[in-house]
Amino acid sequence: MLPFIFAGLLAFIIIMYVILDGFDLGIGILFPFTHSEHERDLMMNSIAPVWDGNETWLVFGGAMLYGAFPLVYGLLLPVLYMPIMLMLIALIFRGVSFEFRFKAETSKPVWNWSFAISSVCAAFFQGVILGAFVQGFTIDQTARVISDADWLTPFSLITGIAVIFGYALLGATWMVMKAEDRLQRSMVHLAKGFLILISVFLVFVSIWTPLHDPEIFNRWYSFPNMIFLTPLPIITTVMIYLVWKHLTGGNEIKPFLYSIVIFLCSYIGLGISVYPYLIPHEITIWDAAAPDSTLIFILVGVVIMLPVLLGYTLYAYRVFRGKTGHEGYH
Amino acid sequence: MLVEILSRIQFAFSIGFHILFPTLNLGLAFFIVIMEATWLYTKKPIYLNICKFWVKLFALTFGMGVVSGIVLAYQIGTNFGPFIAQFGNVLGALFAYETLTAFFLEAGFLGIMLFGWKRVPPALHFSATLMVAIGTTISAFWIMSANSWMQTPAGYQLVNGHYLVDNWWDIVFNPSFIPRMLHMLLASYSTTCFVVAGVSSYFLLKGKHVQIGQKSLSFAMWAALLVIPTQLMVGDIVGTNVHKYQPLKTAAMEGVWETQKGAPFVVFAWPSQALQKNEYVISIPKVASLLNTHEWNGELVGLKSVPRVDQPMVVPVFFSFRVMVGIGLLMLGTALVALYFRKGKRLYSARYFQQWCLFMAPLGFIATISGWFTAEIGRQPWVVYNLLRTKDSVSAVGAEEVIISLVLLVLAYGIIFGFYLYYLFKTIRIGPHDLDGGEHEHHTFQYMTAKQGEK
Repeated sequence: MLPFIFAGLLAFIIIMYVILDGFDLGIGILFPFTHSEHERDLMMNSIAPVWDGNETWLVFGGAMLYGAFPLVYGLLLPVLYMPIMLMLIALIFRGVSFEFRFKAETSKPVWNWSFAISSVCAAFFQGVILGAFVQGFTIDQTARVISDADWLTPFSLITGIAVIFGYALLGATWMVMKAEDRLQRSMVHLAKGFLILISVFLVFVSIWTPLHDPEIFNRWYSFPNMIFLTPLPIITTVMIYLVWKHLTGGNEIKPFLYSIVIFLCSYIGLGISVYPYLIPHEITIWDAAAPDSTLIFILVGVVIMLPVLLGYTLYAYRVFRGKTGHEGYH
Repeated sequence: MLVEILSRIQFAFSIGFHILFPTLNLGLAFFIVIMEATWLYTKKPIYLNICKFWVKLFALTFGMGVVSGIVLAYQIGTNFGPFIAQFGNVLGALFAYETLTAFFLEAGFLGIMLFGWKRVPPALHFSATLMVAIGTTISAFWIMSANSWMQTPAGYQLVNGHYLVDNWWDIVFNPSFIPRMLHMLLASYSTTCFVVAGVSSYFLLKGKHVQIGQKSLSFAMWAALLVIPTQLMVGDIVGTNVHKYQPLKTAAMEGVWETQKGAPFVVFAWPSQALQKNEYVISIPKVASLLNTHEWNGELVGLKSVPRVDQPMVVPVFFSFRVMVGIGLLMLGTALVALYFRKGKRLYSARYFQQWCLFMAPLGFIATISGWFTAEIGRQPWVVYNLLRTKDSVSAVGAEEVIISLVLLVLAYGIIFGFYLYYLFKTIRIGPHDLDGGEHEHHTFQYMTAKQGEK
């Protein structure tokens, strides 16, 4: 039971990270599509107070994997060495771009580009990690190391690009909510473009994954699973339609919310495909879990602290709610 | 072997780079808290200006700390997989707690601290600043607990080759934890004192922001007078603790090869691992025993009591320890001189002293890094003292992968550190608001968001 709870917790942490850092990485991905320094200021201001908290979910994911599933933390991370390192290096440049850009005058363009490129790279490598993870690894059980460390495949490349588009969609719909006038209009436009792109990728991944993995195929296309699982693609399709509709109809908030639901549906679909593995086909959540003594200790902290931290995170978002302005900006 | 060396260099480089920023910010956070509290209490705008100026430097430094910290959260797993497989059950939970209790607290309130001046009432803003300061301290609590456990493991049991938890209290509060945590916090406060003193002296030397410079310099020197002697006392406790639990580290720090009573304090020497003795020795009889055991004739275990493969590398431990202690004494001297000048009412006019403070400004960082070298290299060849050797803790990754990532990290950190210093000095050059309020607000507060959406 405890390993199951922790798998759920880990899943929660990952999706929190994907959605929260997703939209602010998306802002960076959208930087090249902006028209003026003024627009870029607004975009950056809209996420400046919250990006650090968003990225903390990534640290939390790492720490939770370390604490609750040390076996996977120790096996998976060395295999994904390069994409993880490259993602981290991208996040380094992205993180410093905020403060450096604020303090820069003539060197602003350097940090615009640094922000844009590193956001794209971070998103891409996260997608590559996702793709490599779904494809799975072969593990040498005796040596307890993963042998076949082929993380760069056509599939992982495609998931890499898909994640860039997905984050861009979240970023654009976030800005629809936060911006006004011209910037808002251009974000509506961009959001529609990325919505189309992400739909194409979703269809592709949904077809490719079951075809290349008999276990996943059986899970989805066997009776009675099919009946329980069909709502998921249907909801996703409806959501894609709704995002489009509300973007056209000028609703400011719904496109962002429904884009999040698209992410949630894809994520749940992915979870259904890989469950109960933490390393597909090799290590399940029960194989990898730390002993109960460790899990209970962490659980106590989680039960007490998670509601508190969600509370003040929500509060911080509320303090900065509404349209982003540029008061005091000269 | 190559992967081991490279992984260790990479980790040492990453954590050595990272530690610079929390070292400053742990102390700076409380400096800002004190200044903001003083402002709320006295309503004198000068304290708000001091506060807002240092918040800019804090923000810049915090960003650096965040990005270099995220790397560490993953690097342990990428480079030291077997270490995780063995000790994850024990250490992983501490990192989970650090995130739960510290990182979210810092990140959640940092936004309000930096950007919320006009969005929340002053008292609430102060609470946010306080939360950030508390968050940084809680973070130090957990990370020092984990690191101390690696130095003095306790509260575990070995079952079928796996290390399991026996008692969490003993793990968290392992024997070296409390003194080492206090030592780290005080190192950070000392560093901050001298950074604040250095920047204030720069203002005074330039004749700019004079009032702010005087207030801050005075505060920093009072604080140093409190912090530095306390640090020396805590340092002594850490030293005796090391001698009790890791006698070979003490031997390396003191350059003691033969087990002996009444060991001399080696002021200078070149410890030769090859010859297993010190060369070019200048020493004071019996003082090393006195310092480490508090008895003139206390016994110090010598390095030669174990085979050479079990000895830590003596040269870096021996010298980094002396650098750390030397800087500590310089800081003490500076704080005392400041007190003397204050009595003669010359603190704000003694240009030599202010120039000296400029020189002292970066030394806290060097002392902190030296202390870390002493602690970590002194623990070798173990990653977890007496339980797991460093060479057995390294991931089976390719050397080329580690080389690529190491080169990329060095380049990335080199670039961002260069820009960090550039923007840091630029912000210092522009300086705080002066009291007349004639200047426009600068930078950090220029990108304030609008009041729209407020009630």
